[in-house]
Amino acid sequence: MRVVSRGFQGRARQPGGGLIPPGQYLVDDFPVLTAGPTPFTSLDEWDFSVVDETGAVVARWTWDEFRQLPAETPTVDIHCVTKWSKLGTRWEGVSVDTLLDGVETSAEYVLAFADGDYTTNLPLADVQDGKAWIVYGFDGDELEPEHGGPARLLVPHLYFWKSAKWVRGLRLLDEDLPGFWESAGYHNYGDPWREQRYWGD
Amino acid sequence: MRWLVATIAETFVETARTTTLRLDVPSWPGHRAGQHVDVRLTAEDGYQAQRSYSIASRPGADRLELTVVRIDDGEVSPYLTTDAEVGDQFEVRGPIGGWFVWDGDDSTPVLLVGGGSGVVPLVAMMRHHARVDSVAPMRLLYSARSADDVIFRDELPTLAAGAHREVTLTLTRETSPAWSGRRGHVNAELLAELGWPPSVRAHCFVCGPTPFVEAVSGVLVDLGHEAARVKTERFGPTGE
Repeated sequence: MRVVSRGFQGRARQPGGGLIPPGQYLVDDFPVLTAGPTPFTSLDEWDFSVVDETGAVVARWTWDEFRQLPAETPTVDIHCVTKWSKLGTRWEGVSVDTLLDGVETSAEYVLAFADGDYTTNLPLADVQDGKAWIVYGFDGDELEPEHGGPARLLVPHLYFWKSAKWVRGLRLLDEDLPGFWESAGYHNYGDPWREQRYWGD
Repeated sequence: MRWLVATIAETFVETARTTTLRLDVPSWPGHRAGQHVDVRLTAEDGYQAQRSYSIASRPGADRLELTVVRIDDGEVSPYLTTDAEVGDQFEVRGPIGGWFVWDGDDSTPVLLVGGGSGVVPLVAMMRHHARVDSVAPMRLLYSARSADDVIFRDELPTLAAGAHREVTLTLTRETSPAWSGRRGHVNAELLAELGWPPSVRAHCFVCGPTPFVEAVSGVLVDLGHEAARVKTERFGPTGE
């Protein structure tokens, strides 16, 4: 049964041209959503690690080393589970493929970990083959702390909570391990095109 | 999670821009204080728009209450605050969110800091506190622009009159000399005075626009509160 809200017109039908997933609306600004205070880690103390499924640190970069890695400049659409979508966002950072290059693993999952004890889980395949980056630049500037600076994960094909702010590393896992929001009612995978917002969607 | 039909049973004008909708939602599964709900409006031609709103009612209340601020160029909030009438229907699904919640199952002190409409989920917590006669000392610091912008104006004194509950209002742009209460933003001085000492390891909940949440949560951490005990919820610039 369709429930019509009497008198509701809505905006002019958006010209998204199929770029906006169901239930989303376009924004021009860049809303901020986080679960706690913004952490501030000095660049002297910052590092980024890849931990394999045995718990061994198999790769680690300081900030300076990280900035020496080959950079890419993806332009992507992003979709937040709180309903906003932003098209054509421009980022700068390192492909996760570059970070995993040479890492021997049979893991099928990955847990991104971040300052502030935030974690988010993904199938490893979802951060491989050009689908994910660790970004430190946004729209031509350095990434601001409230948006996840100095660096955040960027996985644009999933809801944006998967793109962990203040990310500090990737932990490879044989078995899936729900992260912060995935343990608090949000969908384990989070595909915006299938509107996988919450548990049971 | 299923969409449920919500029927407006009652509306209450809180301020010039804010309206509370009291909803009948058959088979609403219940919620925890601090959670939110997704709202979906459908136009005659099938067009739909969704937004999220914090739940204002306490767990177990007879009706689900949403307290909505009108964003003038918004798409959903003008309908909910201005156009919708008793008997009108839309859809909701929820409750959503398992982090920014207070269940009242311990006696740890609680600090609630709300800016503008960010007070809504905090009032749900305070209503829950009153309902379960919690002995957890709970303090609400609520920053509004002016006396006319204070949501839940009539209820706050009642809530504050109960045991173990305190409410402090501060107005940032009130010009009337008739206002004898506090003025100015929630800052380090106010949080040092009225927030709990970090040693009591209070549960802190901060909700409001992003600059407000950034400032308040930063000050709480600077004052010595553990970051992990400071929970935040934000309404971005677009956060209608």
